[in-house]
Amino acid sequence: MSLDPARILDIDPLLDDPKTRIVVCCGAGGVGKTTTAAALGLRAAERGRKVVVLTIDPARRLAQSMGIDALDNTPRRVKGIDDSAGGELHAMMLDMKRTFDEIVEAHADRERADAILGNPFYQSLSAGFAGTQEYMAMEKLGQLRARDEWDLIVVDTPPSRSALDFLDAPKRLGSFLDGRLIRLLTAPAKLGGRAGMKFLNVGMSMMTGTLGKLLGGQLLKDVQTFVAAMDTTFGGFRTRADATYKLLQAPGTAFLVVAAPERDALREAAYFVERLAAEDMPLAGLVLNRVHGSGAAQLSAERALAAAENLALAAAPSAAENLAEARIVDQEDGKAGLRNSPDTYGSSESPASQPAVPEALAPDAGSPAADRINAEGAGTARTIDQLTADLLRLHAERMQLLSREQRTRDRFAALHPEVAVTEVAALPGDVHDLVGLRDIGDRLADGASPTRAE
Amino acid sequence: MSRLQVVSGKGGTGKTTVAAALALALATEGKRALLVEVEGRQGIAQLFETEALPYEERKIAVAPGGGEVFALAIDPELALLDYLQMFYKLGGAGRALKKLGAIDFATTIAPGLRDVLLTGKACEAVRRKDKRGRFVYDYVVMDAPPTGRIARFLNVNDEVAGLAKIGPIHNQAQAVMRVLKSAETAVHLVTLLEEMPVQETVDGIAELRTAKLPVGRLIVNMVRPAILDEADLDLTRDASRAAIAKSLSAAGLGGARRGGGAERLVGPLLTQADEYAERYALEREQRAELQELDLPLHELPLLAEGMDLAGLYELATELRQQGIS
Repeated sequence: MSLDPARILDIDPLLDDPKTRIVVCCGAGGVGKTTTAAALGLRAAERGRKVVVLTIDPARRLAQSMGIDALDNTPRRVKGIDDSAGGELHAMMLDMKRTFDEIVEAHADRERADAILGNPFYQSLSAGFAGTQEYMAMEKLGQLRARDEWDLIVVDTPPSRSALDFLDAPKRLGSFLDGRLIRLLTAPAKLGGRAGMKFLNVGMSMMTGTLGKLLGGQLLKDVQTFVAAMDTTFGGFRTRADATYKLLQAPGTAFLVVAAPERDALREAAYFVERLAAEDMPLAGLVLNRVHGSGAAQLSAERALAAAENLALAAAPSAAENLAEARIVDQEDGKAGLRNSPDTYGSSESPASQPAVPEALAPDAGSPAADRINAEGAGTARTIDQLTADLLRLHAERMQLLSREQRTRDRFAALHPEVAVTEVAALPGDVHDLVGLRDIGDRLADGASPTRAE
Repeated sequence: MSRLQVVSGKGGTGKTTVAAALALALATEGKRALLVEVEGRQGIAQLFETEALPYEERKIAVAPGGGEVFALAIDPELALLDYLQMFYKLGGAGRALKKLGAIDFATTIAPGLRDVLLTGKACEAVRRKDKRGRFVYDYVVMDAPPTGRIARFLNVNDEVAGLAKIGPIHNQAQAVMRVLKSAETAVHLVTLLEEMPVQETVDGIAELRTAKLPVGRLIVNMVRPAILDEADLDLTRDASRAAIAKSLSAAGLGGARRGGGAERLVGPLLTQADEYAERYALEREQRAELQELDLPLHELPLLAEGMDLAGLYELATELRQQGIS
């Protein structure tokens, strides 16, 4: 049943290696990427590295606990970490519009920058375009790396339409803004008036005409002014996108694909693994979050359900419920051995054949309070047998979940046996403090499957 | 009831699944529903276990009771060419534009345009009538972008207003907004009983309301079964481990004495009960937060066997029973 991946992903050596400079967490939405990135950052910092975590869209309370709920686009030092190993943790939340504005401000003189920032096309592009967030995340990564103030940068990736967007969008935006079409569109604007017309053949004028018709002349003009201003003020977008791309391929970068043991998430993870390989991006391994385990994995769902059924049958009729009480009293009296044989409970007949002991119903009839609690309002007594039956049903549900998770993991492992995996046991609630992140970090480093921890 | 049903939700909440189940649920006897995908992920095809969907409406399922479900994966590039063809009769020129990257430009880069095309196509399907003047589709269900982007996605008018002040795109956006802001449309949000999805849902509803977009229902997906109730949980705190061990032993699960098969189960089973109790309390908090939103609230069960086609029909039946169609 167990996954037995070819390799278990060992997180600590990866985080400790001074050659590891960038860790990128990627994967489908809703699998815990941000939490994983934050937990990795904290762990690395507490192991002595100077770390900055770049998060995209953290849960509010997690951001608050790290002190980065103010969206100011600069790394802030996280307080409250254990810095005895000499490490530091900084964190920041990406503000994509601000990042874009900063590029403009950094590369254009004041007047020109104002013109760009006020351009309606720019405003839409910087705030709304679906790829801007991806592009700006990569841009910010490049900037943080260039500052060289940190030994390790941990990056969370945007919740994209699909995992691939994050690799594609910067290139797409870059190649578009540097592309042939833009050159054509901007040629008249740059060269101005009649001179520009020489470059336009019939096809092109038809095209700009159509675009003008479609988008409205104003938009086209806005685009032209925008691109012309951008183009003359700083190097091509494509060059920047290419530089970021190379950074991702560099030996100091490690990709972690984050997933949960669910079909869709693992399918995305598999795509990502394939894509990273195709792009020569260094994959360190798979982080499998929210894996369920059980300390009682030796008891199968089927057996648990059958046992619960036995108990329910024994307890079902109301008369039998009284008897259950009597039975417990008996057990307390030390006669348990005689009555506890499974066949006593295997048949619904047997309770009826036993004498009723009405006085056992009285709260003080000798039955310890521990054995019998009245559910308030419901008016029904809850017996230990009923509780046990429910505990067994709960266990059966857990075991069904386990085997479902196992099947999806097996499918992934069969497709990609080469990928090292670390599993993080599911937590009942969300993580919003350093203690919780530290716990996740321990689980990440532990790596072994919770199902195998017996 | 609204004929355009938009389904959004945070990533990982199963919005595609819910959209598909909703389409099946709405396609009651003699009705037709169109399930529309706008993000190019081919999630519908995967769900219905079919080949990737082309940019073409095709029947993918017969709903319980005999209604029909059609599906369409809207490709923004093809939608733009469609649109050019429709308004400008630009067949060949359209291809030339594509070659030059103009289509890529218009759909990927020109902000808002892509969204106008996607919502525009869905609205067109809503309004389309056959020769006898009857609506071709009784319902159009859209598997929309996630909660964090939904208000901006639907509020195309604002998106393009600053950009295209006149011209066909402007007109198109106006027409789309008329449908989207009317009672013809309902935007449903899918969530889980977890903190982040609920928080996003609350934020998303506020954004939708600010944009004056009609909020429909809340659908809580993947609700785990309630196995232990309050009485059980109270009892787990007080019950003696020996008594539970005896009960397990009585159920045929080994010896109740220390080290016996039944005795060894007690600890792990109680740990699982504790985890359950913690989740139960969290879920109750989240449910209360959702109830405060004062919207119709539906719950769909987590399917023990995982999501497959049979499960999808199960969810559709569940939605019908909860009076969604």
